[in-house]
Amino acid sequence: MSYFSIARSSLVKDIRLEWRSKDAINAMLFFALLVVVIFSFAFDPTAEESRTIAGGLVWVAVLFAAIVALNQTWSRELRNQVLDAYRVSPATGTPLFLAKAVGNFIFVSAIEALMTPLFVVFYKLRALGPVGELLPTAVLGTWALVVNGTFFAAISLRTRSREVMLPLLLFPLSIPALLAMVNATTAILTGEESARFWVALLLAYDVVFTTACLLMFDIVLEAE
Amino acid sequence: MAVSETKPIVVADGLIKQFGRFSALRGVTEEFAPGKLYVIVGDNGAGKTTLLRAVAGLIHPTRGTITVLGTRKIKDVCQKIGYMAHSSLLYDELSGIENLNYFGELYGIRSDTSREVIARLKLNPALERPVGQYSQGMRQRLSLARAVLNNPELLLLDEPFSNVDSRSAQQMTELLSELRQLHKTVLVVTHYPAHLKSVADEFVSMVAGTVVKRSGTLEAGV
Repeated sequence: MSYFSIARSSLVKDIRLEWRSKDAINAMLFFALLVVVIFSFAFDPTAEESRTIAGGLVWVAVLFAAIVALNQTWSRELRNQVLDAYRVSPATGTPLFLAKAVGNFIFVSAIEALMTPLFVVFYKLRALGPVGELLPTAVLGTWALVVNGTFFAAISLRTRSREVMLPLLLFPLSIPALLAMVNATTAILTGEESARFWVALLLAYDVVFTTACLLMFDIVLEAE
Repeated sequence: MAVSETKPIVVADGLIKQFGRFSALRGVTEEFAPGKLYVIVGDNGAGKTTLLRAVAGLIHPTRGTITVLGTRKIKDVCQKIGYMAHSSLLYDELSGIENLNYFGELYGIRSDTSREVIARLKLNPALERPVGQYSQGMRQRLSLARAVLNNPELLLLDEPFSNVDSRSAQQMTELLSELRQLHKTVLVVTHYPAHLKSVADEFVSMVAGTVVKRSGTLEAGV
């Protein structure tokens, strides 16, 4: 049994579970749609103002929607105490963590792909900067949210009010990533400055936090 | 690592487990020999499940030690341990074979073994229905199939007979009898010790976090 075959099996299992239950995707989708519609009622910006604020709105909506998926991630391991079956096996915790993070990345990316065209339509967005840089911003930004979110969702797993605990733990730590994501997106939309610095910052953030989460996850999994 | 016939397979030495102010185990010092089937009985809250979880390595003792298959690092020998909990430890949305294939992957076990084990418990490996739609008896048998999937030397079963019909209970007892004949060690926590009367080697009675009696017969042990 290899590290990557366990990670792959866990990822396939999670995607299959989500495909059959649709617990996370449905909740995230409705939440994200509501946020887009409510924001569009709350603000009535000009095209110029839209470029300035859209980055913040998109990423805050993604962050809130991601919380729904992140809370579901470990909840399904608690039903029937299935996590205990993993804990008594010879497999280490990190392949499971990696699979959960990648699974969440896929789910949140799917929601982003559905939400982005809606934002473009509702806010009449047209980027003045290099649109191609949006892809690394989205990929690195989404990974920043899900890797920490998956980790902190596991930490809050055994707490009594875990659904409240997750945002309390995750949001403060996500501020640097969120700042980079918003500034990079705004830079691309307005075309006034380069987004490269912010993308590099996101990359560094991802490397540091992914490494830290992978190193510490076994301790979290074995905690009672 | 071969386990010697005479060397106990599980040794609990002054085992204490506290959850906050509540002491679930209060200094359990016991040995369990290899190749035997032990039935652990006692009222709710007697510490039976806590003892089993400690042997499985799922909880860490507050004080005292637990040695399993010659080591205190239970993770090192977990390949040789099978664990069935009171809950099913199965994903309700997956079919029986999907569940066993996934857990088999964690032990490096191929899918044909999963099929064999499912069939051994008189379940149909081709059944595509999700486990959430199984009857309680089928679910318990599948849960037992998951526990024996890795052909363990030490099998830990927590309430395998709860909510199962007599036929399912009999099928499970037959499997446990076969395992005992194969010189596997089995620790069963149950409120229905009569199911195992004919196959058990010893009945271990627990009261308030301690072992109070060990006996070869059910009447004397409970």
